[in-house]
Amino acid sequence: MSGSSSQGSLHALADRWLPKLVLSPTLAASLIFVYGFIAWTGWLSFTESRLMPRYEWAGFVQYQALFENERWWTTAANLGIFGGLFILFCLLVGLLMAVLLDQKIRAEGALRTVYLYPMALSFVVTGTAWKWMLNPDMGLQKVVVDLGFTDFTFDWLVNPDMAIYTVVIAGVWQSSGFVMALFLAGLRGIDDSIIKAAQVDGASLPTIYRRILIPSLRPVFFSVLLILSHIAIKSFDLVMALTGGGPGNSSDVPAIFMYQFAFTRGQLGVGAASAMMMLITIVAVLVPLMYMETRSAKRV
Amino acid sequence: MFKNLTVGRALVYAALLLMAIYYLLPLYVMLTTSFKSLDDIREGNMLALPQLWQGGAWSKAWAEACTGVECNGMQGFFWNSIKMTLPAVAISTLLGAVNGYVVSMWRFKGSDALFTMLLVGCFIPFQVVLLPMAQLLGLLGLANTTAGLVLVHVVYGTAFTTLFFRNFYITVPDELVKAARIDGAGFWTIFLRILLPISGPIFVVCIIWQFTQIWNDFLFGVVFAAGESQPITVALNNLVNTSTGVKEYNVDMAAAIIAALPTLFVYMVAGRYFVRGLTAGAVKG
Repeated sequence: MSGSSSQGSLHALADRWLPKLVLSPTLAASLIFVYGFIAWTGWLSFTESRLMPRYEWAGFVQYQALFENERWWTTAANLGIFGGLFILFCLLVGLLMAVLLDQKIRAEGALRTVYLYPMALSFVVTGTAWKWMLNPDMGLQKVVVDLGFTDFTFDWLVNPDMAIYTVVIAGVWQSSGFVMALFLAGLRGIDDSIIKAAQVDGASLPTIYRRILIPSLRPVFFSVLLILSHIAIKSFDLVMALTGGGPGNSSDVPAIFMYQFAFTRGQLGVGAASAMMMLITIVAVLVPLMYMETRSAKRV
Repeated sequence: MFKNLTVGRALVYAALLLMAIYYLLPLYVMLTTSFKSLDDIREGNMLALPQLWQGGAWSKAWAEACTGVECNGMQGFFWNSIKMTLPAVAISTLLGAVNGYVVSMWRFKGSDALFTMLLVGCFIPFQVVLLPMAQLLGLLGLANTTAGLVLVHVVYGTAFTTLFFRNFYITVPDELVKAARIDGAGFWTIFLRILLPISGPIFVVCIIWQFTQIWNDFLFGVVFAAGESQPITVALNNLVNTSTGVKEYNVDMAAAIIAALPTLFVYMVAGRYFVRGLTAGAVKG
């Protein structure tokens, strides 16, 4: 008897520290690789580091250099254009497709597969494909010209004023199916009895969607917004593969700016400062969204 | 009602079909272009089928295309990506499983706060860790190696995998574990005998998610692994964006499809789980 009970208490002891022990490597990694590294980057952004890291405090010189850099403001403006349009069109296209697919469509499974496959692709593949589609000499422009519209031009890819919009086209192509899937899951989660009651009251289907179903998608709407803005702020590979930030710097984004200053131009300090600005942007966008998301989730 | 309005139904189907064409068009153009000759590409129409189906661009993309100085095609980089992806997926998934088990079934004082602390790793823009990571990999002698990339992907993937498993295990009734504890089952016994057998679906979701993320990664690849050990996404970008000699669009497209094949294959085979992973991931954002 006493043997088994002491074994039991050994068990209890093990069960008390084992969970903490199991979790500790991941926690340590998080402390070092996430929190420690953010602090490290933050410190670098306050030094005079150029080719090699240096650790003497230098105040805000790198931020000053960053804010006086015209190219940085180009990337900020591009992020605004790209982020705004990318989110807007993904929401519109995704919601429209979800509502259409919700009409007891015959081949729904097959259609969903088609809409979603771009999500399985790397942004580099997407960029490569659209770079070819948008090629002004041999791509879609030529297809339309061959149809007889000889004056048609579609040279956005090589036009400095328009290049950033090609990133929107490719980005929406890749991500809108995903938004559709989230909205569709949301629509399917709504209680049928609400719809039936509205139908009994004589509401038409468009009205039911506009007044009842779409408003009740609020929590989904916030998580979609969260994901899309996250993708937009971090976008790097798509722009690299599609336009390389060009022509010139016309379609440059903060992530490319950071990469080039930190790793190809030997300006560690400016690179670190731009990385910190990206972090601040993400926090500034995500925190209010998360707050609204939890609030709207509670209300439903 | 909408249901009986046949014109409305027809319009809905037409719109859905149009969207399907929009999504399929780039894949169609990539495939047909990869089987065309360069003359066919230059003279013909992008949307036309190849006049003569040729596989030459594919063998060139696999074995001879130039990705910078080297001209050995995509094959070496394809294997690099496999050598990077498989261990990184396996390790991060297993870690996520035990972590998720702890934070859902063995909550202790402060464990919720620690879990939240971990989750922050899902949200940060990775630019903010690149410079220190590059320094550290250099110190460890792991710069420009596949092992270094595996480490990076495990470190930054485990927050996601922990979240996946935690959200799954939290739906398992507490009574199951409580009963087992009363019967004298310990930490590992409960995990191995009770939870693992029912964890099949979440393992599939998590593995597919991690596989897609890591295979498709470009940022870590381009920063931490140059030259020999670069993953296929970086090699593809180099192939497409190096402008030496005649631009061979058919080779570019074949290489892009080669880079996309593994994840496309997974999507085709296990699309249902793929979607579930996406929506599960969406909860976190």
